[in-house]
Amino acid sequence: MTGFKCGPGLSRAILLAAFWSATDRAWAESRPAVIGSKRFTESYVLAEIAQGVLERAGIPAEVRQGMGGTIILWQALRQGAVTCYPEYTGTILQEILKDPSPEGPDQIRSRLGGLGIGMTGELGFDNTYALVMKRQRARDLGIRTIDDLRQFPELAVGLTHEFLERRDGWEPLCARYGLAMRQVRGIDHTLAYRALANGAIDLTDAYSTDAKIAEYDLVTLEDDLHFFPEYQAVFLFRLDAGPQVAAALNRMTGTLNAARMIHLNAEAERTHDYSLAASLYFGGRGAGPSASLAADLVRWTARHLLLVGISLLLSILIGVPLGVWASRPGWVSQLILGGASLIQTIPSLALLALLVSIPLLGISPATAIVALLLYGLLPIVRNTASGIQDIPPPLRETAAALGLEPRAQLVRIFLPMASRSILTGIKTSAVINVGTATLAALIGAGGLGEPILSGLNLNDHATILEGAIPAALLALAVQFGFDLLDRILIPKGLRLGQG
Amino acid sequence: MIQLHGASKRFGSFAALHPTDLAFEGNRTTVLIGPSGCGKSTILRLIIGLTEPSTGTVQFDGEILSPQNLLRLRRRMGYVVQEGGLFPHLTARENILLMGTHLGRPREEMRRQLEALRELARLPADVLSRYPLELSGGQRQRVSLIRALMLQPDALLLDEPLGALDPVARAALQTELKAVFQQLNQTVVLVTHEMAEAAYLGDQIVLLREGRVVQAGSFAQLRDQPTDGFVSEFINAQRRLILE
Repeated sequence: MTGFKCGPGLSRAILLAAFWSATDRAWAESRPAVIGSKRFTESYVLAEIAQGVLERAGIPAEVRQGMGGTIILWQALRQGAVTCYPEYTGTILQEILKDPSPEGPDQIRSRLGGLGIGMTGELGFDNTYALVMKRQRARDLGIRTIDDLRQFPELAVGLTHEFLERRDGWEPLCARYGLAMRQVRGIDHTLAYRALANGAIDLTDAYSTDAKIAEYDLVTLEDDLHFFPEYQAVFLFRLDAGPQVAAALNRMTGTLNAARMIHLNAEAERTHDYSLAASLYFGGRGAGPSASLAADLVRWTARHLLLVGISLLLSILIGVPLGVWASRPGWVSQLILGGASLIQTIPSLALLALLVSIPLLGISPATAIVALLLYGLLPIVRNTASGIQDIPPPLRETAAALGLEPRAQLVRIFLPMASRSILTGIKTSAVINVGTATLAALIGAGGLGEPILSGLNLNDHATILEGAIPAALLALAVQFGFDLLDRILIPKGLRLGQG
Repeated sequence: MIQLHGASKRFGSFAALHPTDLAFEGNRTTVLIGPSGCGKSTILRLIIGLTEPSTGTVQFDGEILSPQNLLRLRRRMGYVVQEGGLFPHLTARENILLMGTHLGRPREEMRRQLEALRELARLPADVLSRYPLELSGGQRQRVSLIRALMLQPDALLLDEPLGALDPVARAALQTELKAVFQQLNQTVVLVTHEMAEAAYLGDQIVLLREGRVVQAGSFAQLRDQPTDGFVSEFINAQRRLILE
């Protein structure tokens, strides 16, 4: 039972991966400017505006919306996956330079310059953090300032995960104000508004230019101790993108005051169309009709299938040989099965975040594929191993006694006999990955997660369903497809046994 | 053809086979017989290299079995196990042709060989396209026997080939096995625990107990000149059942 080799299969997979990354790179080169955005309305709108500004300057530009939080965007910028993205001065000081001492824009600019990153002038509005409550609730309790919260430690607080972690976030704020709130939990920014509306929470964090403040009739608690630093909106860009890009982005300097930004944000959320809102910046009546839903669905689904298909293929090419190896008794088997189980216990978001920090992968579809391939490994490895182990010993021995070489025993006897178990493992992987691949949109890899994320951001159920329903149908179709494959691929002699 | 020189097999402190010298020669059928756990199957497994001797050697046609020559020597032996050892994902024909196809033997030659053996083993032609799960116990053993003989082996090893069959199928197959053994001039080693079967099929009978050879000889020798009380006891135990 030795000598099983991966053969030409694995090298084909490596070629495929190389092809993928090569096409991805070629694609990046033909599009000099990639604009990233964080996962909230204002960032989406600013990215669309930047695209308009760049294209008006004759620079082709592509937008990758909603890629993640500060750390992901900053890494994407450093790695060159994006050319520029909108950021705020307070965030740059606190989270990127990790130096909260107040500095002027010129000092920030020179420190970023040392990292190869440029910063535009301030766009014209300060989007600072704020704590918000429902107007009625605040009035009933008589709360007007953050300081007032000290008398109400029992209020239910729901905060975004980023705010909970930030250096200028919740904990330092509590220390500064001497707050001791008893009920604090993390919540998605968009869901927080719904939770406020239905009374599940009393207090959340928000951006001061957030359109929802008006929409939900919320009040901003006064920051009487001036805890929150300034969050002037700017664009960060790679200095190696060239002077034209820098000049074009700098044309936005001073063109957006707070009132105008709130208006654009509100328009974006009302129409569910960021490019339409961005077109208002340029004085337009709105962009042309966006692509039809059908075309979007085809694009999302095709991308989704590509992500799942490539990752599944790689999972099979890696998982089956590993499973064969793991079918033999000994510590190697324990190691392989243990390792595959361990990967599965890492939450998918954490795995994506870990992979994004690997320089070779970064913010790219390749990262999503690697994450999916790792997730798909366990069912295939485990089922291959158990399928082979379940072969009765007399048949195993007969295969050897006939005089078949170990490799021929594997190919002619063991793998066909384990085929049903292996196929079941592959099916499990495929179905899991169709669901997990919706997370690929978090790092800008596209797929059916795109409408889910933007729908979540817009608090728009219809948009969420545009992604969720096809994803669910796709999972069912995959399940059905594999049941058909079962009839074709499983040797007839084995199916007889299932009655 | 096959010799055991001081070959033994231990599993920890348990001796499945004490150091044993045995020779299986020419076109003779040797039956290994004895109660469960006497070491008879272990001898067969040593010969085909499914287990390695703890001490001593096993020799096949002058060569000592080793990992280097094991594959080549195994292809000169045919092996039939109790349930037939047919692979469920292959039809009877595919099972039979497995090794020949793998080794790239000429199709026409294999077809003729299969046809001759099928006649010999009295297997209906339509059975060949069926899967093992669609076969009766007797048919399975016939297919297994044909598979073992396809490469025209120098030795045929059978581990309780009739053990799982009902009495009628068993009797029919005994007759055919005897015909096959006589027709093909091979060294045959057969394991059973039935003395009547041993007496009917074997030119030589080797009676074992607790990992040791008690007596080896023809059935008449064992019956008329037992070297040990156990020999008579073993023969009479089975005879008494029939008489009473």
